[in-house]
Amino acid sequence: MRERGGGERKLRLLVGKVGLDGHDRGAKIIARALRDAGFEVIYTGLHQTPEMVVATAIQEDVDAISLSILSGAHNTLFPRVLDLLRAENARIPVFGGGIIPVEDILLLKKAGVQAIFTPGASMQEVVEWVRANIGPRAAGKEGVRRKRRLPSRSASPKTRRRSGRRKK
Amino acid sequence: MKRESDLAVRRRTRRDWEEETLRPALARSPERLPEFTTLSSMPIERLYTAEDLEGWDPDEKLGLPGEYPYTRGPYPSMYRGRLWTMRQFSGFGTARDTNRRYRYLLDHGQTGLSVAFDMPTLMGLDPDDPRALGEVGREGVAIATLADMEALFEGIPLAEVSTSMTINAPAAVLLAMYLAVARRQKADWKQLRGTIQNDILKEYIAQKEWIFPPRPSLRIIVDMIAFCTEQVPNWNTISISGYHIREAGSTAAQELAFTLADGIGYVQAAVDAGLDVDSFAPRLSFFFNSHSDFFEEIAKFRAARRIWSKVMRHRFRARDPRSWALRTHAQTAGCSLTAQQPHNNVVRVALQALSAVLGGTQSLHTNSMDETLGLPTEKAVTIALRTQQILAEETGISSTIDPLAGSYFVESLTDRMEREALDLIDAIDRMGGIVPAIEQGFPQREIAEASFRYQQQIERGEKTMVGVNRYTEDAGQAIEVLKIPPSVEGTQVRRLGQVRRTRDPVAHGRALKDLVDAAGTGANLMPPILRAVEAYASLGEICGALKTILGEYHEEKTYF
Repeated sequence: MRERGGGERKLRLLVGKVGLDGHDRGAKIIARALRDAGFEVIYTGLHQTPEMVVATAIQEDVDAISLSILSGAHNTLFPRVLDLLRAENARIPVFGGGIIPVEDILLLKKAGVQAIFTPGASMQEVVEWVRANIGPRAAGKEGVRRKRRLPSRSASPKTRRRSGRRKK
Repeated sequence: MKRESDLAVRRRTRRDWEEETLRPALARSPERLPEFTTLSSMPIERLYTAEDLEGWDPDEKLGLPGEYPYTRGPYPSMYRGRLWTMRQFSGFGTARDTNRRYRYLLDHGQTGLSVAFDMPTLMGLDPDDPRALGEVGREGVAIATLADMEALFEGIPLAEVSTSMTINAPAAVLLAMYLAVARRQKADWKQLRGTIQNDILKEYIAQKEWIFPPRPSLRIIVDMIAFCTEQVPNWNTISISGYHIREAGSTAAQELAFTLADGIGYVQAAVDAGLDVDSFAPRLSFFFNSHSDFFEEIAKFRAARRIWSKVMRHRFRARDPRSWALRTHAQTAGCSLTAQQPHNNVVRVALQALSAVLGGTQSLHTNSMDETLGLPTEKAVTIALRTQQILAEETGISSTIDPLAGSYFVESLTDRMEREALDLIDAIDRMGGIVPAIEQGFPQREIAEASFRYQQQIERGEKTMVGVNRYTEDAGQAIEVLKIPPSVEGTQVRRLGQVRRTRDPVAHGRALKDLVDAAGTGANLMPPILRAVEAYASLGEICGALKTILGEYHEEKTYF
């Protein structure tokens, strides 16, 4: 029933807290920052499984999924979410944040995670990244706003441009 | 004549000084900031003088060490008698991996053990539960059955060490496993020393590892208190924790208030169940954060002791002075550490540890510099332990008791901290106590608000994090990070499978049935939990059985 078209509808973003840990300080801050920046935010609450996150994302028809992981389980949970999305044929871009070592970030990006924000990243940085990289999804189309400087359609669009600088 | 001029000097007030000395100086060079505040945004005056302590009575506010109101410390000789316990929290991988780390720490002069459990264990789930995927052994040690607990303490005589176990929602099961290991080692339960965190209220507020709803959870805790009071009399039955509340983003005063309100909640529940307050209150202990604002933290520890002694003496009418004295563990603030320039964390930890000691803590965990990146390496954890040893044995701070007492500033800040905490505790009392306050989401909202405010202050540059929003460097500092092999999960699942195949199925089935029956009545749950543990029922099976009767907790999914 939601309005479509016009191109100016609010982006719908899912902020998901996967894993069993209770560290929701970051997820709540990001959810609030994204809401204050004018996006529509759906917060899943804690202890979500990848299955639960993907089901909510599809049901809520979100434009992107952001996951917060601080339990060290990122190498399991991010790929699982991506696999489930692929299985559902849902092309929803995924980004996230947490305590994630540099080498793992590179691997996760190769696997298709759009961006990873690590401790010290500011709310502003996240908001700007979303504005620059996430667009409204038309049904069945790639959700990532294609960047002019990327030469061609890519199954796993790169965001190395920003993240390379962010990692210390 | 001489005497009169002396008096004249003495009578110069702060206002005189502000007019005559300060103002011209400020005209020449103004202060760095329009206002100065603590890390928690509590306003700080330019100068504290005797005028700030007018009418302040040291007998009433301080007392003497080991005496009411315990502001100066819970024990008469404090660190002159015995240094604080240096207790590094650790656990990772399998029970066998962690057992090796414990033996290493004991060999290096650590004086107590502190067990970190992994997330599935904290949530009462077995390693083969779908929700445990990717989490087994990652943030702590994986314990599923008594067999794992036996491996964890192999070669460590439980009658001789003191052990702290950070476990809450399924605490009764883990305590039962510990007692079962002690029984196998032929250790007398009456000699066991240690602490189980067992603080479920702060889980709903901050750390969020819950299983059952608040009220049935409180029932289990009261059962544990009653059981231990009789059978394990030296065991600290709850470590009422502010640490996680602070890590979730609260202010110092909120940490103090919510923690003490939780404490009040436990005491009330036990008293309501018919226990005599003095039979269990001396075994309650606390656990506070030691954050970066040096004096604010010292004031918090001192105010905590003063408030608690009054609560116990006047509100609960405890008669035993041991019920009045607040004993606490402290841990330096994990959330203050930075992934950027991680070596700076060694300095942060040292200063935070210094505040905790000047605040009079009974035991201390110093964080390792690499903990924003992963679990600590052996090298990093050794530096953290050495930090405590340097404080204890090189700096001289342990030579006298409560050295900052009487400081105009520290006493003013202690009083202010007490007032702010009492206001919040009053607000919680008006809601009907901490359980209704939690059910209404009050502390959760207050913390989320404070944490968002602090993040804004960081982003606007109003508060400094060195290496993050000031003095940043482009190049990363390489630092070794501990890797937990993904094979731990498979190992643990196989181990559990083996236990399931080899245990006596009849005894196991009967023990779980008895447990469910007991949960349905008002019986104390500790004895049936012990029997289930000794029949090698797994943590997930025991918690699952209890859930069928006690229900499950679900949070309200709001972020503001």
